[in-house]
Amino acid sequence: MSRHQLDARRLLCPMPVIRTQDKVAALRPGDQLAITCTDPGALQDIPAWCRINGHKHINSEKEGDEIIITIEVGEA
Amino acid sequence: MLATKLVMEQGVHVEGINFFTGFCVEGHTHAIRQRDQKKQKRNNALWTAEQLGIKLHIIDVIEEYKDVLLNPKHGYGANLNPCQDCKTFMIHKALEWIDKNGFDFIVTGEVVGQRPMSQRKDLMPVIARESGAGERLLRPLCAKNLPATLPEREGWVRREALLGFSGRNRKPQMALAAEYGFTDYATPAGGCCFLTDKNYSKKVVDMWEHRPSRDYELDDIMLLKVGRHIRPRPNFKMIIGREEGENKFMEGYRKQFISLHQTSHSGPLVLLDGKDISSDDVEMAARIASRFGQGRHADSVTVHAVWPEGETRDFIVTPMQPQEIEQAWYV
Repeated sequence: MSRHQLDARRLLCPMPVIRTQDKVAALRPGDQLAITCTDPGALQDIPAWCRINGHKHINSEKEGDEIIITIEVGEA
Repeated sequence: MLATKLVMEQGVHVEGINFFTGFCVEGHTHAIRQRDQKKQKRNNALWTAEQLGIKLHIIDVIEEYKDVLLNPKHGYGANLNPCQDCKTFMIHKALEWIDKNGFDFIVTGEVVGQRPMSQRKDLMPVIARESGAGERLLRPLCAKNLPATLPEREGWVRREALLGFSGRNRKPQMALAAEYGFTDYATPAGGCCFLTDKNYSKKVVDMWEHRPSRDYELDDIMLLKVGRHIRPRPNFKMIIGREEGENKFMEGYRKQFISLHQTSHSGPLVLLDGKDISSDDVEMAARIASRFGQGRHADSVTVHAVWPEGETRDFIVTPMQPQEIEQAWYV
């Protein structure tokens, strides 16, 4: 398992989801990805994207104007 | 949603594709505007996929979509909406996707006669042909009004279990939604594309008329979604934040444009988009900008201007009177 970062700041929905999707496609099951966003819509969209595509939403944290969403890549 | 459910009921494995052109209404404006912050931020494509229990693939087509908007073979609708070309493009992209990912055919929720531009009966075969999908394009909600397609002929789906909806009346769809237990669904009457919006289209046309070429970047089309746009002189346009959320969003563009903010009174953030913007232009913009701040009735307002390179200058100006701001300047 390895940990990865994705900077999706200043991107508006659905771009953070698209960037997450593209990044996850290059990762392996069990890998973790921390996505830093500024669009509050990502708080709903990335967990929803995880649920429907078989990935795990670990947690979401707010740090000032930034949101860090951590997910774990599921089996394809 | 209905078309997918109909096909899934026949045991077909379906996955969703959602294309992001940059002109999609949902999400962006709600994300930007402060007054919309309390609204539930739901991406309808993701939400719909979750209700159906299918995977969803969101595909960025911003770059490729430029050619659809700039050179539509079949022209525009009432505004800058290239509906027929757009539909053809998306079916073509879906075809590329299914070929790459091992799927057999494409399903859409189109209904014959439902939309005046892209869902006319005579256009349905044209879109199927021009997209390259041909007989691999199935429209389950109105399949009985159209010739049988490959999935029907091959027995992958039973034609008799498909439907024969037609026309603009959406009552049959609503009845079917109720039958399936769908009590909540995305607005069925469209309005999901900024290019169908008269005011937005006007701003796009203004942008093209004042640039050397008809082109755009994602930032351009994003900025057309925010603020008041005023063009007092041909060489530059002002983008004036209308509320806190827009001001905050526009902050991110201060390294690309000359920005103005009032230091003696509270007021909006203003960006100047243009070419060869002179000091006189900035002073004029400062007078207009101060009209939209708390100092609009003051004798003088201090406006701090920042150039992208870092140069700054304060302009002490008299706010422009309402009658001096020509109606024709509003884009």
